[in-house]
Amino acid sequence: MSPKTAFGFKSAIRREDFWTGLLCLSPTLIIVAVFTLFPVLFSFYLSFHRWSILKPEKPFVGLDNYTRMLSAAEFWQALQNTVVYTVGVVGIETPLALLLALALSRKLRGLTFYRTAYFMPAVTSTIAIAVVWTWLYNPQYGLFNDFLRLLGLPEPGWLVDPVWALPAIIIMSIWKNVGYHMVIFVAGLQAIPDVYYEAASIDGANAWRRFWHITWPLLMPTTGFVLITNVIFSFQVFGPVYVMTRGGPMRSTTVIVYYLYQRAFEFREMGYASAVAWVLFLIILILTVIQFRYTRKGVEL
Amino acid sequence: MTVKKLTSWLAGLLLHLPLLGGAIFMLLPFLWMVSSSLKDNAQVFQFPPQWIPQTWVWENYKAAWESVPLGQYYWNSLVVAGLTTLGQLATATLAAYVFARLWFPGKDVIFLLILATMMIPEQVKMIPTFIMLKTFNWIDTYQGLIVPALVHPFGIFMLRQFFLGIPKELEDAARMDGCSRLGILFRIILPLSRAPISALAVFVFLFQWNSFLWPLIVLNTQEKYTLQIGLAMLRDELGTNWPVLMAATSLATIPLIVLFLAAQKQFIKGITLTGLKY
Repeated sequence: MSPKTAFGFKSAIRREDFWTGLLCLSPTLIIVAVFTLFPVLFSFYLSFHRWSILKPEKPFVGLDNYTRMLSAAEFWQALQNTVVYTVGVVGIETPLALLLALALSRKLRGLTFYRTAYFMPAVTSTIAIAVVWTWLYNPQYGLFNDFLRLLGLPEPGWLVDPVWALPAIIIMSIWKNVGYHMVIFVAGLQAIPDVYYEAASIDGANAWRRFWHITWPLLMPTTGFVLITNVIFSFQVFGPVYVMTRGGPMRSTTVIVYYLYQRAFEFREMGYASAVAWVLFLIILILTVIQFRYTRKGVEL
Repeated sequence: MTVKKLTSWLAGLLLHLPLLGGAIFMLLPFLWMVSSSLKDNAQVFQFPPQWIPQTWVWENYKAAWESVPLGQYYWNSLVVAGLTTLGQLATATLAAYVFARLWFPGKDVIFLLILATMMIPEQVKMIPTFIMLKTFNWIDTYQGLIVPALVHPFGIFMLRQFFLGIPKELEDAARMDGCSRLGILFRIILPLSRAPISALAVFVFLFQWNSFLWPLIVLNTQEKYTLQIGLAMLRDELGTNWPVLMAATSLATIPLIVLFLAAQKQFIKGITLTGLKY
């Protein structure tokens, strides 16, 4: 297309593009402006004010909410619980999901049964699962302690024991999500072209070397995706804690979002809770950037 | 030959044994849920535990259905998740089309800005949005749940990726015939995008169906509870009446599990399509 003849044509297209674009984008832009951009700015503003929502006045308190938070033992405990939960879930679940995917991405007897069984918890709601597992964890009559009793092993109090409550929620979360990540790993494995493996077999590479030199580096984008999303979701865990323990016993399962929820909607400390939300935001942002960089490097290898 | 056979048999055993054990562990909670839901209060506390109840107490299901408006909860969840999904599909399709095909001033900047909002956790927006809904008088309403969730950057991003992959040549002929920009979206792009759109629909619907924190904050009256909120509240109300509680949980989960079993292939395709294209 020569620029001379193109000009008039192009501007007519552009005029239509502009009006069509405006029409198509306006719902998205309005919603994003009202329900994302404004809330984010307002939340930042609130984090420097004290506000109980019941009263109209919200005095400016500077960094007071932040300094109060950083010197509150409860905040640090919530942060610690969240980190323990996240490390526990992501650290155990990711290798487990990868192992399952490796076993279930080839021809195997009972493949459909296995995949269905492992994936089933992932399609059930977290809240329903949490109710069922509360019953399984019941210290006197729950299924788990029934088993341990039959085997003559010590029976932990699970959700009523401050030592065991958080691990109990971690175990449940792994059970719930391992199938979901398995499916994503299977898709990642199937995307690796067979020619690489064929070439490696001709060179006489054994299974471990094939995994380490082909599967692992080529699977890195998938691994990165699983790690990033799992860390983000785990850091925001709330439902199971609300249903199973309400943050107890002795705050041993009070994770950061539950702490935030309590501060905002039980104690009505909107400013303070906003400051907690911003710290959560910052932590998630930093973790994402670190993981993104690290897994990107893996792809380039 | 026989040694070879033996080792391959052993290898198979080594693979199947942990896989089978794991699979049983995955199914156990579901089986226990159904088993407990059919027991009376004496059987449920029995030791050693029995998987198949001596007498099947179907009344638990009746009690569960009558103790709370479970049917209403189902309907509420269906309405909220369904409308949110439809809304998100509409906004995502239109916006993705603009970002993939049209000229628009500052297009790339706007796209990156919207994409960047994906990093913002729900909890940051939660408090201000709650205050905003209060001034709109939208607390304890469905629009309070639906409207703030009408746009999600993920859907826009995913559909844009797909639209970019559709060859432009397909549109040229229609363009020559005087088809408008919107006409191209509806007549050419959309018919080619059934797979990613239905994948996105499954993903959004599941996400909304399972959403908990936001409905917990917004809803106050029982008749408006979604299924998840209803279940969580039922857990508080029924306390240790495990048979009825398990019957209610069965009623809340089994239809979805059956649906999943029936449409497993599409389900998994949807998850992988949405999961990988981030």
